[in-house]
Amino acid sequence: MQSHFELFGIEPGFALDRVALDHAYREIQGRIHPDRFAHAGEAERRASMQWTTRVNEAYRVLQDPLERARHLLELNGIDVAFETNTAMPAEFLERQMTLRESLEAASEARDAAALDALRADLAIDRKRVETQLAARIDQEKDFAAAASLVRELKFLERLDMEIESAYEAIEA
Amino acid sequence: MALLQISEPGLSPAPHEHRLAVGIDLGTTNSLVATVRNGVAVALADERGRVLLPSIVRYRRDGGCEVGYAAQAHQAVDPKNTIVSVKRFMGRGLRDIDHIENAPYDFVDAPGMVQLRTAAGVKSPVEISAEILKTLRARAEASLGGELSGAVVTVPAYFDDAQRQATKDAGAVAGLNVLRLLNEPTAAAIAYGLDNAAEGVYAVFDLGGGTFDISILRLSRGVFEVLATNGDAALGGDDFDHRVFCWVLEQAGLSLLEPRDARLLYGKAREAKETLTAHGEAPLTARLSTGEFVDLTLKSETFCSISHTLVQKTLGPTRKALRDAGLGVADVKGVVMVGGATRMPEIQRVVADFFRCDPLNNLDPDKVVALGAAMQANVLAGNKPQGEDWLLLDVIPLSLGIETMGGLVERIIPRNSTIPVARAQEFTTFKDGQTAMSIHVVQGERELVADCRSLARFELRDIPPMTAGAARIRVTFQVDADGLLAVSAREATTGVEASVSVKPSYGLADRDIERMLRDSVEHAKDDMLARALQEATIEAQRLQAAVQAALAADGELLDATERSEVDRRMSELSTALTSGDHRAIKRAAEALNRATEPFAARRMDASVRRALAGQKIASFDS
Ligand SMILES: Nc1ncnc2c1ncn2[C@@H]1O[C@H](COP(=O)(O)OP(=O)(O)OP(=O)(O)O)[C@@H](O)[C@H]1O
Ligand SMILES: [Mg+2]
Repeated sequence: MQSHFELFGIEPGFALDRVALDHAYREIQGRIHPDRFAHAGEAERRASMQWTTRVNEAYRVLQDPLERARHLLELNGIDVAFETNTAMPAEFLERQMTLRESLEAASEARDAAALDALRADLAIDRKRVETQLAARIDQEKDFAAAASLVRELKFLERLDMEIESAYEAIEA
Repeated sequence: MALLQISEPGLSPAPHEHRLAVGIDLGTTNSLVATVRNGVAVALADERGRVLLPSIVRYRRDGGCEVGYAAQAHQAVDPKNTIVSVKRFMGRGLRDIDHIENAPYDFVDAPGMVQLRTAAGVKSPVEISAEILKTLRARAEASLGGELSGAVVTVPAYFDDAQRQATKDAGAVAGLNVLRLLNEPTAAAIAYGLDNAAEGVYAVFDLGGGTFDISILRLSRGVFEVLATNGDAALGGDDFDHRVFCWVLEQAGLSLLEPRDARLLYGKAREAKETLTAHGEAPLTARLSTGEFVDLTLKSETFCSISHTLVQKTLGPTRKALRDAGLGVADVKGVVMVGGATRMPEIQRVVADFFRCDPLNNLDPDKVVALGAAMQANVLAGNKPQGEDWLLLDVIPLSLGIETMGGLVERIIPRNSTIPVARAQEFTTFKDGQTAMSIHVVQGERELVADCRSLARFELRDIPPMTAGAARIRVTFQVDADGLLAVSAREATTGVEASVSVKPSYGLADRDIERMLRDSVEHAKDDMLARALQEATIEAQRLQAAVQAALAADGELLDATERSEVDRRMSELSTALTSGDHRAIKRAAEALNRATEPFAARRMDASVRRALAGQKIASFDS
């Protein structure tokens, strides 16, 4: 099976040429999207839907740093093992505790502005992990170290989802 | 490059072959139909020059019905048989509908979707909506002078699978070839974006009679990309009417009204609400059947205070949509206002406050959805040459999940995924020799199954018997470009296809649709046959044309054996077409479809490669 990178004709790597990706995605969609086949026969309509589904999935994975990293590791035969491997550097865990405490405080105070600030902080943390990931994967090819960073990123993503729930709880 | 472009899929038809395609806005309050004529989208009027068709259907004792203004005229005198706002019942059970106690109808609590007992028998919301669609179809055919080749029907973006399926079924019952279900705010964005050559991030704020949608889109070089959508499928102008209605009851000290009086007061409440858009106060007078007289004045401030929570209710979804899009208010270049209820000054003010900019009101909020749908229908019908068309990337509004232990939901496809989208999930058996398993699919954002919308229960059968935990059943959830879900299953170790039998928690079996189709052709059996033959013929001819065009474009992708197989199926279909037997035509068309499957897949593959080749060349040029 073709990698998601190959599908779009771009070089595999964590650092992404976003312009090239978007361009390829649109070029392909322009030719295979179901809207181009609304009047075609059933066989073509189905093929178009299946292909578009595949292209959408590949695009989703490549756009998302966490998924992109995971895909790259998979291509290199590394399983990130979110479920089984939960070991995290102590420093990272400490930081998580702090962030979570802020989340709790913001939720309790029903303070949307505090949530905004927390999210901004989190975005900075994520960027930092992403920069490290690019170095581990693209330059050093240290996939084991990369896998551990991907797990950190997953942690941060979960926290982000909890922030979203907190917003919703406040608004409800 | 040029060489590559001649053999594009998309198949723009020969210039003379303009296909008649329309866009239909099937609204809670008003419906309308539009088409693209000489390159311009126009709404089609009835014989008296009226564009809006009130979404009202009245059933008579003789079994017939009237639709629109004719039905509206009977609203107050025959409320039980005069169905307004039927869209609120689409894909909904009795328990799901707000203020049901105020509705003057005789509801029948059918499993899944509620039904209504009328003078002409028990009717499903699908059939009632189909009457509206039929009326618009007849209007369009009269005005365009021919059979419609296809229609795009709009739905609120926040409609769930049940509501979408019901809408599509209504199209089928009305005899329409539904090319696509299009989200209403997306349709509005097309109309706005094309008219104004807009580029950048826009919000579409659509508050109609019964539904509220907020969509965030990025418009860039002919691509309409929905970044996020949210809303409330049960919030609209009707709810404001309801608040005024309740206020009237309170002020006039009324309770327990006759259905006809309730209808009358609802009508007066709406009038007063609309008057307040341009005036500081509105008179509200009515004489009830009991002889009581209502004589009130509704002040703007009073209206604002009784409807305050409704106005605020639009902001929650708006915030969520922005967050899901990963954007802030400052990123939004403009807010396109859609739907009659956005005329209310308080809504305008709140939207302006929230987005910190003046809302865009330069399009007719009543027509914009239908016009956008017509533009999309024109593209889907293949009437636009490649290069002049656009690409629409829409999303699924609500997450899809399955029930797991303890009544919890496991999310399979998250909301705001670009469609079409598919996700697979693996299941295993927990008993030795287990050959069946049931799966419960739900839609919604809540953690508990009980708080989500139940879509269907699937029974997986024919699982090959194995020891417990050995089977690996891969269940694929596919959402198509209409936002509709389909499920398939396969046992991974043996490759055995497990059959999926669907028990929709709502909605209709194919059998029901067939019955409705039959009922709707009230005439003799001959007519039914004639219609079946006509439909099969049109469908078959469309297929033939498509295959011919595909062969002309990419014939070289087939080897001689494959080609002769396709040719044989083509000529068999031509023979069947002369037989006058709709079943024979359908069979031959299906056979041709099957024969062209590998060809279709290869063409798609080739298209992707060409797209990339084109891109390489383009980047080489620059
Ligand atoms: N001048 C006005 N001031 C306030 N409200 C108005 C005005 N004109 C129309 N409306 C309200 O707009 C609503 C109808 O809007 P519209 O025709 O856009 O809805 P629809 O498309 O039928 O519904 P939906 O999109 O929810 O299915 C009604 O509630 C009506 O009272
Ligand atoms: Mg509408």
